Amino acid sequence: MSAEQSGAEMTGAQSLVKSLEAAGAETIFGIPGGAILPAYDPLMDSTIRHVLVRHEQGAGHAAQGYAAATGKVGVCMATSGPGATNLVTPIADAAMDSVPMVAVTGQVGAAMIGTDAFQEADIRGITMPITKHNYLVTDPADIPRTVAEAFHIARTGRPGPVLVDVAKSALQSMTRFDWPRELQLPGYRPVTRPHSKQIREATRLLLESRRPVLYVGGGTIRSGASRELATLAELTGIPVVTTLMARGAFPDSHPQHLGMPGMHGTVAAVGAMQKSDLIISLGARFDDRVTGNLDSFAPGAKVIHADIDPAEIGKNRHADVPIVGDVREVLLDLIAALREKADAGHTGDYEGWVRWCAGVKSSYPLGYDKPAEGLAPQYVIERLGAIAGPDTIYTSGVGQHQMWAAHFVGYEKPNTWINSGGLGTMGFAVPAAMGAKAGMPDTTVWAIDGDGCFQMTNQELATCAINDIPIKVAVVNNESLGMVRQWQSLFYNNRYSNTDLHSKRIPDFVKLAEAYGCVGLACETPEDVDSTIEKAMEINDVPVVIDFRVERDAMVWPMVAAGASNDDIKYARDLAPEFEGTDDWEVRP
Amino acid sequence: MSTAPHRTSTQHTLSVLVENKPGVLARIASLFSRRAFNIHSLAVGPTEHAEISRMTIVVDVEGTPLEQVTKQLNKLVEVIKIVELDPEASVNRELVLVKVSATAANRGEVLDTVQLFRAKVIDVAPDAITIQITGNSGKIRDFLTVLEPFGIRELVQSGMVAIGRGSRSISERTQRPVPVPVRSAAG
Repeated sequence: MSAEQSGAEMTGAQSLVKSLEAAGAETIFGIPGGAILPAYDPLMDSTIRHVLVRHEQGAGHAAQGYAAATGKVGVCMATSGPGATNLVTPIADAAMDSVPMVAVTGQVGAAMIGTDAFQEADIRGITMPITKHNYLVTDPADIPRTVAEAFHIARTGRPGPVLVDVAKSALQSMTRFDWPRELQLPGYRPVTRPHSKQIREATRLLLESRRPVLYVGGGTIRSGASRELATLAELTGIPVVTTLMARGAFPDSHPQHLGMPGMHGTVAAVGAMQKSDLIISLGARFDDRVTGNLDSFAPGAKVIHADIDPAEIGKNRHADVPIVGDVREVLLDLIAALREKADAGHTGDYEGWVRWCAGVKSSYPLGYDKPAEGLAPQYVIERLGAIAGPDTIYTSGVGQHQMWAAHFVGYEKPNTWINSGGLGTMGFAVPAAMGAKAGMPDTTVWAIDGDGCFQMTNQELATCAINDIPIKVAVVNNESLGMVRQWQSLFYNNRYSNTDLHSKRIPDFVKLAEAYGCVGLACETPEDVDSTIEKAMEINDVPVVIDFRVERDAMVWPMVAAGASNDDIKYARDLAPEFEGTDDWEVRP
Repeated sequence: MSTAPHRTSTQHTLSVLVENKPGVLARIASLFSRRAFNIHSLAVGPTEHAEISRMTIVVDVEGTPLEQVTKQLNKLVEVIKIVELDPEASVNRELVLVKVSATAANRGEVLDTVQLFRAKVIDVAPDAITIQITGNSGKIRDFLTVLEPFGIRELVQSGMVAIGRGSRSISERTQRPVPVPVRSAAG
């Protein structure tokens, strides 16, 4: 920021754009409209790239995908009223999954606020419970400080969405642009450094325990702590599970990795948590989809709970050792403490436990039945992961394809798996892929989508085609709302109420892709899967959509029924694993 | 928000210092509603520092541990400080204005009650008396019980306000917030 720019006289709109530049925004996803219109004029002359999307929901998810892929703050912009309310879903999604995002919305003129003016909605009021913080700016002099605060709050501590609603009158008035040198936020002081006493206590429990599990959550990804996690895991030999939000935080190929825990977790990951005597939670929040019935979750385990958000600690499960801090800092301190102990000859004894976990992992690997006829959706995703490889960024929608993508792609690196975990927003994949690709133009980005999800947000293919954002989309088309259909099969006597989408008939996804200026491909036999994916991999100038026409009766396994105990996990319909040799860990080699 | 006239053991009194900005009350109310926390009483007003408001919140924590309530409150950017007031080491007061039926025949009795409780008559009509009383919730409950037979026509009650005993002030150290250097484009 050059000195002469500071203190300069300009409109609030110019000040807003200058503030966004000063805050580091490089790409904004949005749509103009009446109230935000003044800001779009100076945006034309800005260094910021604005991507004109087709629906504000797409702008929001694109900002999320951008943020998750790059680690920077994602920015989306919309006008007042319907523009702003269309951002509500992505804002709620970003809040649930701790995505650093700033949403800028226009608001009707200050004098009109509260009069039910045209395109007026109280977006600040609406988003209060789903933002980390939000603002309504009516005085143009407040714009720079507010934008600076918004970015600071969005990216620090537990990341999250911040909404800045700016009245049109503030955008149109003259003001002075003064970028603040420091912020006064007396009520916002996130703790990142863990307390040494808690680290000592955690170290003691770690060395005492015989059946520990590293329960790795999305916070490990957001904190950029994968390397430190690998160091701790290898230093101790402790088995690792990675939640849906943490896939990629620890390599899937690593022998200590037991996979994903939870409702659709692997038998090894679920079993290890159930039998463990110590859970080391790293940026995870004991979500109901992980714990199942809380009362019977990991009944014999003590808990070390490390999280940057103190409110997560003890919220669902009692923490024996609460550690407030950034996961990376916590891991660094734990590694140092454990190394010191190791130098003094104290190491954990987990040998029997590690062997037991490895046994469960090899007895109950992930798998699926190949159908007698037709294409298995899991096979499509498995091949996609194998061909596109671990450097590709994968996004997904929500449902069966999401669970299969979580299991069968194979992740080796953080930030390569971007999905809607907490909110479970169908339609997330395409716009999130667009955002990820805009942020990481040299990386291949695949959206693994379902036919239901795809039809919620595929209008952004136009945005991708026009703005040179060549994403690739694999539509796992089972012509159903597959996850709901699976529940109907299991719990509603195969009564398929309103889950048949007929998507193999209408629409024609290949023609749809072509209509949007993309390449459209179709595949319906296992023999064609590899060649179709390879063909898509060769197209890098326009987006590609593959309609994988898969069989519709495939189900996601393993599964713990909603509300059931994780002890009742089934690895296929009516098939429960037998956890043999559960006292093996007591036997010294 | 309700102001039932007595407190139970699941109730705790929180003094919450917040930035005096528009929408703070809505934010707090929204948090309690969204997290299914129970507000028993809430009072808000200015403090000795113009930029800080103070809320006295009596929370009912039958369903949610107090710790979770304070942690969630603390996440609000505009919440500066939360102190739980120990009932033994703090003073709390509520204010009630109550309109009681009183005719020439029984006015004397009502006035006796007013005197007994050191309450104050603030308005008199031929057939009613309006009384102001301040006190802790126990005293107010007792006073209303005694007034009941005369016929309570209208009643309005403030939320509880509370303050710690002794010379210390909970807002002393909030005057010097730590400034955060701004990270800019490069950072």
